[in-house]
Amino acid sequence: MRYSLASVLLNAVSGQSRWSPAWRSPEPAAHYDVVIVGGGGHGLATAHYLAKHHNVGRIAVLEKGYVGSGNVGRNTTIIRSNYLLPGNTAFYELSLKLWEGLEQDINFNAMVSQRGVLNLCHTDGQRDAYVRRGNAMRLNGVDAELLDADQVRAFVPFFNFDNARFPIKGGLLQKRGGTVRHDAVAWGYARAADRRGVDIIQHCEVTGLRIDKGVVTGVETTKGFIGAGKVALAGAGHSSRLAAMAGMRLPIESHVLQAFVSEALKPMIDTVVTFGAGHFYVSQSDKGGLVFGGDIDGYNSYAQRGNLPVVEDVMESAMALWPALGRVRLLRSWGGVMDMSMDGSPIIDKMPVDNLYLNAGWCYGGFKATPGSGFCFAHLIATDQPHAVADRLRLDRFAHGALIDEKGVGAQPNLH
Amino acid sequence: MRLPCPYCGERDSREFTYRGDATLTRPAVESEMADYVYQRDNPLGWHKEYWLHTVCRTWLAVERDTRTHALGPVSIARCERVGS
Repeated sequence: MRYSLASVLLNAVSGQSRWSPAWRSPEPAAHYDVVIVGGGGHGLATAHYLAKHHNVGRIAVLEKGYVGSGNVGRNTTIIRSNYLLPGNTAFYELSLKLWEGLEQDINFNAMVSQRGVLNLCHTDGQRDAYVRRGNAMRLNGVDAELLDADQVRAFVPFFNFDNARFPIKGGLLQKRGGTVRHDAVAWGYARAADRRGVDIIQHCEVTGLRIDKGVVTGVETTKGFIGAGKVALAGAGHSSRLAAMAGMRLPIESHVLQAFVSEALKPMIDTVVTFGAGHFYVSQSDKGGLVFGGDIDGYNSYAQRGNLPVVEDVMESAMALWPALGRVRLLRSWGGVMDMSMDGSPIIDKMPVDNLYLNAGWCYGGFKATPGSGFCFAHLIATDQPHAVADRLRLDRFAHGALIDEKGVGAQPNLH
Repeated sequence: MRLPCPYCGERDSREFTYRGDATLTRPAVESEMADYVYQRDNPLGWHKEYWLHTVCRTWLAVERDTRTHALGPVSIARCERVGS
């Protein structure tokens, strides 16, 4: 059923009895034209854009857990496109534009809220870097505003501006950035793809790739063999394991990233703010919880939980920026497994095995990229050509030295 | 997570700096350098990795389960030529 005022009214007068499940739960067919491995945000978005824009035949999405159980339901819901380097700027801007039209596209309320993303700076050098980034963004048609200390104070007056060690000198604001209800993104894309005929098969883990003379012909799964014309890997933190099934290694390490939510509070903050002197960023959900996160724990991990030093580090940063949080109680913390690439930027490319495609290396920026990633990955799968805004996100850029290293720290994934 | 330093005993992980995969060996030829710098096994399960004990400046080779953060054998890195 298409969601509309009419459907709401119909159910209002019929005891809410006319709703149907948002997507089917089919058994896998013997063969699909495209099999997408990974039913997270990126896999589901890929399925949606493949079915909508490209005529590729039957499509299946295989998810080892349930829809929304992975990183798409574990992130801190922030969207933005404030990137400096060619290869990233245009890609993330396409993604942000797709966010802006997402709800109409998929007929689902994802609660896209363009409440702004403000990066605070605390030193003259950091401000210079933000000026450079903001200028690069504006040259690429992306909105960016540099705020001085007084403008920051007027925008978010409740922070500690008199911190002797980390004075707030200003900030880089992207007003079109904001937050999106992450679960709704997974559900909305799943429903939209399902309505276009995509089979979403949950609790179906891929255990192997069948490769015949350098061409992938299908996937071995916990529900048996599924033949495939093309196989697209969107396994996020488990991408290295999927690549290993094709006998390949990737320029990726898996690391755990923790996030936190506080008890529900009255409205305290109506934007997204990142602390520039420590690992802390914060926004407030519509339920009232303060959602915040920090940096990755910094060592290889497939555990969806982290350790206490990072928890303490994030809380210390929170207190340095926003002393009013001192009496707030933490409700939950959790971890997600990040596919940290060697330059901090993602990969959307063909694999050396024919008909095998890779979408990986999202580090901890995967959520904001969901629509753009799906859109460009679908384009690559359908046409065998990279989309124009994703043509630098190549797997072979490491061997050729064409890295996209926003932080400039080199091949150390735990520092990106 | 606490790591046992052979000199200092079991210490909090905050005293250590993670230095990555300990199974890599620097290649002799230029053509293998990109693989050495960028490609990783990234295993699910036991992983041999370097940790620098920042306090006593000893490099450790640690085996750790990436699923559970459980620790296996820990040795002083310079006392073994790992991966060769």
